[in-house]
Amino acid sequence: MARDRAAWAWGVGLFVLALVAPFLFYPVFLMKALCLSLFACAFNLLVGYVGLLSFGHAAFFGSAAYITAYTVKAWGFPPELGILAGVAVAAAMGAVTGWLAIRRQGIYFAMITLAFAQMVAFFALQAPFTGGEDGIQGVPRGHLFGLIDLNPTLTMYYFVLAMFLIGFAIIVRAIDSPFGQVLKAIRENEPRAVSLGYRAEHYKLLAFILSAALAGMAGSVKALVFQFAALSDVDWTMSGQVVLMTLIGGLGTILGPVAGAFIIATMETYLGETGSWVTIIEGVIFVVCVLTFRRGIVGVVAPYLTGSRQRSGCHV
Amino acid sequence: MLSSLHLALPPAPLFFAQLLVGLINGAFYAMLSLGLAVIFGLLNIINFTHGAQYMLGAFGAWFLLTLFGIGYWPALIIAPLAVGLIGIAIERVFLRRIAGLDHLYGLLLTFGLALAIEGVFRQEYGSSGLPYSIPAELQGTVSLGFMFLPIYRAWVILASAAVCGATWFIIERTRLGATLRAATENPALVQAFGINVPRLVTLTYGGGAALAALAGVLAAPIYQVSPLMGSSIITVVFAVVVIGGMGSILGAIVSGFALGLIEGLTKVFYPEASSTIIFVIMALVLLVKPAGLFGRAG
Repeated sequence: MARDRAAWAWGVGLFVLALVAPFLFYPVFLMKALCLSLFACAFNLLVGYVGLLSFGHAAFFGSAAYITAYTVKAWGFPPELGILAGVAVAAAMGAVTGWLAIRRQGIYFAMITLAFAQMVAFFALQAPFTGGEDGIQGVPRGHLFGLIDLNPTLTMYYFVLAMFLIGFAIIVRAIDSPFGQVLKAIRENEPRAVSLGYRAEHYKLLAFILSAALAGMAGSVKALVFQFAALSDVDWTMSGQVVLMTLIGGLGTILGPVAGAFIIATMETYLGETGSWVTIIEGVIFVVCVLTFRRGIVGVVAPYLTGSRQRSGCHV
Repeated sequence: MLSSLHLALPPAPLFFAQLLVGLINGAFYAMLSLGLAVIFGLLNIINFTHGAQYMLGAFGAWFLLTLFGIGYWPALIIAPLAVGLIGIAIERVFLRRIAGLDHLYGLLLTFGLALAIEGVFRQEYGSSGLPYSIPAELQGTVSLGFMFLPIYRAWVILASAAVCGATWFIIERTRLGATLRAATENPALVQAFGINVPRLVTLTYGGGAALAALAGVLAAPIYQVSPLMGSSIITVVFAVVVIGGMGSILGAIVSGFALGLIEGLTKVFYPEASSTIIFVIMALVLLVKPAGLFGRAG
């Protein structure tokens, strides 16, 4: 009980911080970090709670970004419809990829998802509507529901925050639901879950689609924030980055991916001009995390903050 | 859509030229997926650093030439040895520490190493390629009647076939290979027979890395020497590995060459799909035989 109350207190505190944050920090940075946070949370749903490590989540993030950018710019979709279109495409792609990829586990699953993402990246480079190397630029933010002008930075920030909270709430709800319990059971011992009558394949596929759709939502919002979609959104380095964010923050923890996303976003913002140093440092962090810090920041810190020191498992 | 499939036979020179390109690519796919399979067999990790080690091989040849004036032929030996030693160091310093953990940690660790290595080279040399010329002995072309065959390309195909054959022979037909295969099946038992399994693991990883570097040296005169050359080929090689299955050495070789050829043929008949055909085949194989064409279930 004490633990629940502490968790609530932290939740409320963070929410208040998120409300005043644009007055304290650079709002564009915050929006980027929130998009990456949602992306990482969506990814974490799969790796942390089903035990499936996808190395190709950029495919969903990037495709949704392209779809939103295109529908909003070329077809004049309002932002909410543009995002919906992006999410729908990401979910459909997730259904196909997931259906094929869950036939294998572990490293094979990782390689298969990576290969599919690479295929999407090639497609994005060649397809007629994606703008090739340039991507789709100058995407208008538009008016939400035809009423709210999203062009002012502050309005956009609160819109992004709302989208993040919706996505985050869906993830938390899914994890706490009976559905989430079955996912964890499959992660811990799949044959046993199957023997209890759960159709593991269905649960895995559903989790994959949900994860892909929410990753797509992050990509769609990102396309509106920065008003472009580009090859870097579907690139495999993006897939690697979301793995890194989740790993730093703590695999299978609820807030870990958010912490990881803010760390990576900070690093990119401050080291962005130094060429390849970001990549080098990211590589080194990967190695250090795997060797010494596998539970991640939140995995290590959270038990102290919420007053319960019980070891929370951390699974890849 | 169908109209864009120009099914009419293309002119013969184009056909054979693309077939040759496919065979060359296939040679590299085969050598790289072979190294991955060997490492996977004993260490149970997917070596994401493989692409970086391939790139290091090519850069090794370039360094030897530009800094020390050492030519192609010595580089063919020195660069793989050097990268093999780096591989041994990587295994000793990093991989050994995570040996007992979930295999995915191996993937993450080698991915991090690949990022760091590639980043360092990109910082130093940018992402454009550096030229490395074909050795004098192998310049020029021979006429085969129906096409002109660049001698260097013929050499690459022969050399990689020889390398693949030799690796297959060592693993399947020698005493060392028998020990390796036994250690793959049951390391504890092999250790009990007095064989130093940890050293075997280290040497295997070094050998796999050296194999990647050898492919890199062979590739240097064909593709340019570039920091990005590894990561652009490794994802395709992963797909090749999924298609072939990790079970057999022969499977890695055969599927490498075959997929290179298919890619080349696609370039002739339907060029738009040439960069994605291997991934499409991967999807089909997953539908029909999830363990891969030559793989064992699991």
